[in-house]
Amino acid sequence: MEQLRTIGRELAMGSQGGWGQSKEFLDLVKSIGEARSKAEEDRIIARELEHLKRRLADPDVPRRKMKELLLRLVYAEMLGHDASFGHIHAVKMTHDESLPLKRTGYLAVALFLDERHDLVILVVNTIQKDLRSDNYLVVCAALTAACRLIGEEAIPAVLPQVVELLAHPKEAVRKKAVMALHRFYQRSPSSVSHLVSNFRKRLCDNDPGVMGATLCPLYDLILEEPNAYKDLVVSFVNILKQVAERRLPTSYDYHQMPAPFIQIKLLKILAVLGSGDKQASGHMYTVLGDIFRKGDTASNIGNAILYECICCISSIFPNPKMLEAAAETTSKFLKSDSHNLKYMGIDALGRLIKINPDIAEEHQLAVIDCLEDPDDTLKRKTFELLYKMTKSTNVEVIVDRMIEYMINITDHHYKTEIASRCVELAEQFAPSNQWFIQTMNKVFEHAGDLVNIRVAHNLMRLIAEGFGEEDEGADSQLRSSAVDSYLRIVGEPKLPSSFLQIICWVLGEYGTADGKYSASYIIGKLCDVAEAHLTDDTVKAYAISGILKIFAFEIALGRKIDMLPECQTLVDELSASHSTDLQQRAYELQALLGLDKRAVESAMPADASCEDIEVDRNLSFLNSYVQQALENGAAPYIPESERSGVISVGSYKSQEQQETSAHTLRFEAYEMPKPSLALATSQVSMSTPPTDLVPVPDPGYYKEDHQTSRSQPSGDAISGEFGVKLRLDGVQKKWGRPTYSSSTPSSSASSQQATNGGSYSDGGGSTSSQARESSYGSKRQQGTEISAEKQRLAASLFGSAAAKADRKAQASRKASKENASAEKATASSAAPQPVKEQVIPAVPPPDLLDLGDEPVSSSPPSADPFSQLEGLLGPASATPVVSGAPATSTSKAPDLMSIFSDDVPTGATSGSTDPALGDVNLIKGATTAAAKKGPSLQDALQKDATARQVGVTPTGNNPNLFKDLLG
Amino acid sequence: MIQAVMVISTQAKPRLLKFYNFQPPEKHQDLVRSVFQLLSARPDSVSNFVEVDSIFGPGTKMVYKHLATLYFVFVFDSSENELAMLDLIQVFVETLDRCFKNVCELDIVFNFNKLHTILDEMILGGQVIETSSEQIMKSVEEIARLEKQSSTTSLIPKSISERFSR
Repeated sequence: MEQLRTIGRELAMGSQGGWGQSKEFLDLVKSIGEARSKAEEDRIIARELEHLKRRLADPDVPRRKMKELLLRLVYAEMLGHDASFGHIHAVKMTHDESLPLKRTGYLAVALFLDERHDLVILVVNTIQKDLRSDNYLVVCAALTAACRLIGEEAIPAVLPQVVELLAHPKEAVRKKAVMALHRFYQRSPSSVSHLVSNFRKRLCDNDPGVMGATLCPLYDLILEEPNAYKDLVVSFVNILKQVAERRLPTSYDYHQMPAPFIQIKLLKILAVLGSGDKQASGHMYTVLGDIFRKGDTASNIGNAILYECICCISSIFPNPKMLEAAAETTSKFLKSDSHNLKYMGIDALGRLIKINPDIAEEHQLAVIDCLEDPDDTLKRKTFELLYKMTKSTNVEVIVDRMIEYMINITDHHYKTEIASRCVELAEQFAPSNQWFIQTMNKVFEHAGDLVNIRVAHNLMRLIAEGFGEEDEGADSQLRSSAVDSYLRIVGEPKLPSSFLQIICWVLGEYGTADGKYSASYIIGKLCDVAEAHLTDDTVKAYAISGILKIFAFEIALGRKIDMLPECQTLVDELSASHSTDLQQRAYELQALLGLDKRAVESAMPADASCEDIEVDRNLSFLNSYVQQALENGAAPYIPESERSGVISVGSYKSQEQQETSAHTLRFEAYEMPKPSLALATSQVSMSTPPTDLVPVPDPGYYKEDHQTSRSQPSGDAISGEFGVKLRLDGVQKKWGRPTYSSSTPSSSASSQQATNGGSYSDGGGSTSSQARESSYGSKRQQGTEISAEKQRLAASLFGSAAAKADRKAQASRKASKENASAEKATASSAAPQPVKEQVIPAVPPPDLLDLGDEPVSSSPPSADPFSQLEGLLGPASATPVVSGAPATSTSKAPDLMSIFSDDVPTGATSGSTDPALGDVNLIKGATTAAAKKGPSLQDALQKDATARQVGVTPTGNNPNLFKDLLG
Repeated sequence: MIQAVMVISTQAKPRLLKFYNFQPPEKHQDLVRSVFQLLSARPDSVSNFVEVDSIFGPGTKMVYKHLATLYFVFVFDSSENELAMLDLIQVFVETLDRCFKNVCELDIVFNFNKLHTILDEMILGGQVIETSSEQIMKSVEEIARLEKQSSTTSLIPKSISERFSR
């Protein structure tokens, strides 16, 4: 009786909605909708879940009702509540005979589970069975579930059936079978690789829908391996032609466009196949031209096809006529009122300028409008475009804009991205070091915690090394301006840690250098920093080291300074710090204060952060001491390899101790440093029992070594010069990858100018100003309503584009006549030329820039100005430079190696200077005294040469403006 | 490929969630919340595209359409065309409209399983398989018809039917 009543109610419900939702469900939705708080809603759903749990387990529930219960479960889970207890019921329901229940079961399973879920194994069997069903709807449901739930291991279980279904009479099934196979390919390419030919076969399916579906897997396959599908180019072009000519049934039309989704997929495929392939691209031009002609710019989908055409044209082998059509459509997009089209236009422009940078100029005002648009998406897209078209002529404007935008956004992810782009552009194109430092300061101030610490190290390095020229005046000016700006900023609250590190380092190193600020003033500031950032050990370490340096410099100058009370407090506090590093630094400071002038001078020479620390790995200077000890009856050292099992304590005194000490316990206590032994003892005391050491610096040896490894990462001033023990991470990274030096070309350019007949720098300057004027002129004709400010911005952003092009044309004419192709092609292929010209004087090793297989300009500069200069100064080092590129690269190789080797201190591959690096930490102090700062001309030149080498290393990956052309 | 289809009400309630790359259920609400925050911050007259690297991983984009009280959101990667996706939303909405005659939020709430059926006819495994709303309607109606035919036997409680089937 009870049951009958239930059935009656069910029937009544059935009439309520077409899909048989019961009153209970309606009530549930209604009460959730009326819930006034999240807590109330949660309570309602929790009650509902309790109810469902009970009902689902009840065997007397009609199966029809089960469907509804399951759907309510899905609903609860969609609202974010755990319904895992019901998963098993969903699996059970897939076994059901009745179609609606089975479908509901599959739906729930596909939403609840993924391929890794334990219950999936129970479903695989059902899927297998259902794929063989006579009812095509069951097959479809099974295929849909298979797409979702069949993981790598289960693929073989269902694969034969799916392949069979590729020939199913119903096109809906064939389509889904193709997709399922595609999905399997995505999961595990190897398991279906033998079936790939099926996709080709399905391309000829009678049903255009199946053919269109086949394009999806083919697109993925072609992306993987375009060359294997070149034979299909003609077929694809034919299909596209037929589609565009409306040969498909009208049921495939969408908003009067013939099968637009198929067209888009085909255009995507052609773009991949035609990329860099002149022959394949040749087949495409006609049909692409047709599509452009027929293009419908009124409807959304028409524009989608046109946009895809532009993408295709910018990807395949360039054709001037096509590019023109593409540029025309792009300008239509940009001029449109719709933000969507503007967005597509900016994107298209970004693609086209890769081939022809001039196109951007025409749209300068549209681009600037987009930059000022309230639409954030559009703005970001425009920044991306600007990023792609940044050059040394417009970098200042672009980076300024980017920073301005960066300051105002809160999205961390994007802030990080835009900050790193600012850094990249600034490193690559900085017009002056002054500007670079200011820009970096801004980036650090607003996004310091988001940028790579490497950037901070580069900035410090730049300030330390200055212009890399002999002009010491400019360097010190740079430094004092940095000090000034940092003293201004340092008081501000909430500065990022990495920025504070830079500030402390610079203040410590150069705070008192120009005599403008008193030592106690700087020390006071540094104490403030340390006090204000109690929780940041790194900043405190930088601050105390800065103070230490100031003290050292003052003592070296013979001045007596008093310990400020706050400084004393800080030292006392740090001496008792939990961080051994901070303790160490505090004790170092105290020890240094007790040393006499001469010792301090050699321990912490002023402005020596760029000096190299030479390390004698063999400790050869100990030989005489060892000899003496042996004569006195000490046991001789037995290398570890020859020792048998028993490790004698004595072995720790051996040369090998650096290695063993890293792994084993040390049994001996350290001895107190003896100040009278100058620094050597105290510095090495960390790692070597002091009795072992007598500093016997060999000036000749170091001098010699000094020359060859000029650019070896000079250790952190703190750790290097006062080597007692320092934070090792800082040592390596601080002088990390020298990419920043890309800003130094500005310094070398000036000298290049002299000999290169102004082909690069000179010409650039004059033409750019001309072009700017001309672009002003053209704009005045356009109309007066455009504000002057916008015009200025446009001029600074784009005005240079014309100049650049001019220059490129000049350069190409001058450099080579090898390109006799169409004028457009010449212009674009000339793009790499300026780069080459810039590169040649620098002569990087071929493996870095991969210029080897390129036709390095047919008329190389007759003589490198620098090599000539070097020839005058030092015959020894100059000869290889003069002898041309390959020779130079080999002679410079060790230098470069050592530049990069600091990233891999243990790498044994990087040549002679490298092994020393591994030991820097252990015995670095021993040789400091010997490493003198000699402003020899040869050194400076070599340094400069290195800087130029570094300036052109391809680490900055230029927004692949030339990628296509170089490739 | 298409990575997700979402329908979210302007009250930030999810009305339909479908992920083509599995996302653990615990994460769904976070995704809905971050997407909704993004959408509600956008003014009306701007573009329908948003880059959502921070939510769905690098290279992902989102196209949305704001209709009455609902946001229709498609998330996809670089292998799809933004404008085309916008039209796909159009297809989806047109189909719903045909299906429910003047579709409103309530239809969608009560019939979310039907939405899934429609979506399964349009998108499979993250790839578009059908873009004609007429065609989609035909398949959906066919399914409904066959389901009705076979549902007549399902009124027997499962304890009884199980006994029979043994």
